[in-house]
Amino acid sequence: MLKINNLHAKVEDKEILKGINLEIKAGEVHAIMGPNGSGKSTLASVIAGKENFEITEGSVELEGEDLEEISPEERAHKGVFLSFQYPVEIPGVSVTNFMKTAINESRKAKGLKEMPAKDMLKLIRDKSELLEIDRKFLSRSLNEGFSGGEKKRNEIFQMAMLEPKLAILDETDSGLDIDALRIVASGVNKLKSKDNAVLLITHYQRLLDYIVPDFVHVLHNGKIVKSGGKELALELEEKGYDWLKNEEVV
Amino acid sequence: MELKDKLVSSFMAFENNVDVESPVHDIRTEAIKNFETKGFPTKKEEAWKYTSLNSLRKIDFSIFPKMENTLEYNDVKKYFLHEIETYKIVFVDGIYSSYLSETTHDGVDICLMSSALTKEMYKPVIDVYFNKVASKDESLTTLNTAFSREGAYIYIPKNKMPKKPIEILHFATGNEASLMLQPRNLIIVEENAEVQIIERHQSLTSNNVLTNAVTEIFAADNAIVDIYKVQNDNASASLIDNTYIDQKNKSVVKVHTFSFGGKLTRNNLNFYQNGEYIDSIMKGVTILGEKQHVDHHTLVHHIEPNCESHQDYKGIYGESSTGVFNGKIIVDKIAQKTNAFQKNNNILISDKATINTKPQLEIFADDVKCSHGCTIGQLDEDALFYMQSRGIPVKEARALLMYAFANNVLQSVRIPELKVRINTLIASKLGVNLGFDL
Repeated sequence: MLKINNLHAKVEDKEILKGINLEIKAGEVHAIMGPNGSGKSTLASVIAGKENFEITEGSVELEGEDLEEISPEERAHKGVFLSFQYPVEIPGVSVTNFMKTAINESRKAKGLKEMPAKDMLKLIRDKSELLEIDRKFLSRSLNEGFSGGEKKRNEIFQMAMLEPKLAILDETDSGLDIDALRIVASGVNKLKSKDNAVLLITHYQRLLDYIVPDFVHVLHNGKIVKSGGKELALELEEKGYDWLKNEEVV
Repeated sequence: MELKDKLVSSFMAFENNVDVESPVHDIRTEAIKNFETKGFPTKKEEAWKYTSLNSLRKIDFSIFPKMENTLEYNDVKKYFLHEIETYKIVFVDGIYSSYLSETTHDGVDICLMSSALTKEMYKPVIDVYFNKVASKDESLTTLNTAFSREGAYIYIPKNKMPKKPIEILHFATGNEASLMLQPRNLIIVEENAEVQIIERHQSLTSNNVLTNAVTEIFAADNAIVDIYKVQNDNASASLIDNTYIDQKNKSVVKVHTFSFGGKLTRNNLNFYQNGEYIDSIMKGVTILGEKQHVDHHTLVHHIEPNCESHQDYKGIYGESSTGVFNGKIIVDKIAQKTNAFQKNNNILISDKATINTKPQLEIFADDVKCSHGCTIGQLDEDALFYMQSRGIPVKEARALLMYAFANNVLQSVRIPELKVRINTLIASKLGVNLGFDL
């Protein structure tokens, strides 16, 4: 589904990704771990198409198509979803209206008619129940005054609404208490299928207790320095990242 | 001939058609003298620093409309709030159109200034109110006063409220190559009475139109007045809109100004709080493009204690458009416990667009709460990316952000159909069709 070949990317002349290779197939869950500043969030932004991130070498392909020249909204229409580490507050636009617009724009791009209001309401009801979201919450301005946990839960609610092929969850566990983490993880697990894939980006192993990855990759200094199964995450938790840094030097 | 000279020399011709013996005419005579002395304001004056009337002054405007011109209702229906029943006071090229209007004398007077100024039965009211709050030395106001003859006259007696909102519409048909209009409105809302008024100036051709309007509003104790100014005229039409509001105890006057078009628009909005526990509310949404220019000049004079004023103006400026916001608040020494708030937030969506914004606070009392805030910014790039990443195209994302930006101002519109209409206008100005209303 997603194929990243020798990806180099920079932000404002600073090279952050220095040759990443990664392949994610449908039905798989991958986790990218790594210390702060290793390039995890940059990788997420590059896949989603953030403007000021420039690919200097290599490529990102979604189902065989090079994404470089494709706008963020078109990537979304093709099934890429990014759960933001820091979701943006948009005063004056309610969660419901935002989702209506997002869904109908995606449908428009696919040549489909707008979703009938009745179906939309049902979808919103079903998905908000899945994430245990209070209905009142949906009429509030998007992310405005939301707690850290509410923002993250709202991100996964949006993912549930949009049903992406590839969901990238950037530090979704940060700012969540244990109950919220369980709800969010259970939501992600319910949405998982053989046709979609999940890329988890996290600093800690904690999230991986709830969403079990098929593969774990360790990112350090803009490169994947180690890949393995879910047991790699436990090893990291035990030994810390310094162990890897040392190994790399050797 | 310069427009000033033409106007001054036309005054004699004007006098042939009005009753020169009436007290009103003494007021007109004083007014033309003032205008003759002062002339049109220039950029040398602080209040006109960013708005130039130079190009307008060189146009050879017709000052008196020639004859009644008819319009078919269906051709102009879209300019009315036709979704609901309204009273209508309609002028075509400055002349009252009885065909398009719907006036009333049933418990309230919703009719014509020409009647009020000439008929004996209105004399006691005219003596008390006419030209009492309008400036006697601001040159454009006095120019209007000098030629005051026609416009809307609205009188709402104690405890009354008209059954429906009132629309005041001015159409220009392009019968004249260049037409100057000077409507004069008088609106009196007595104790505990209420009224909702929608004003609109609409040119129907690309011929030049210059409107210099004066509206006087008197809100007695506990009166509630809502004024909606819809300014979406075409690129050859200019408007100088002078509004003077006199408020008494516990009255609430709200003025919404929606500026979406026109060549040059100058709004002079003046509130005088002659009582206690008054609330004065000014809201504005400005969305401009091309080379359009809008200048909002507000004045709130807090004369008595315990009153409030709230100003909230939002502007979105694109292409080579220019905007001005100048908000003056005066708090007299005895006006203790005044709460005066002013906000002006702007978004520039083009490198060539400009906005000049200036708060002007003159506070002589010591126990007051006054705040003002001006911002000028661009759209938040992170918010745009966030929306794009959810599949919302950048153009719609921009529109949605701008919509959200203007949202606060629409919340206080109390006529739902008008709110929908303004909402639609904003969407069309931003060039998108969103699938929902705010």
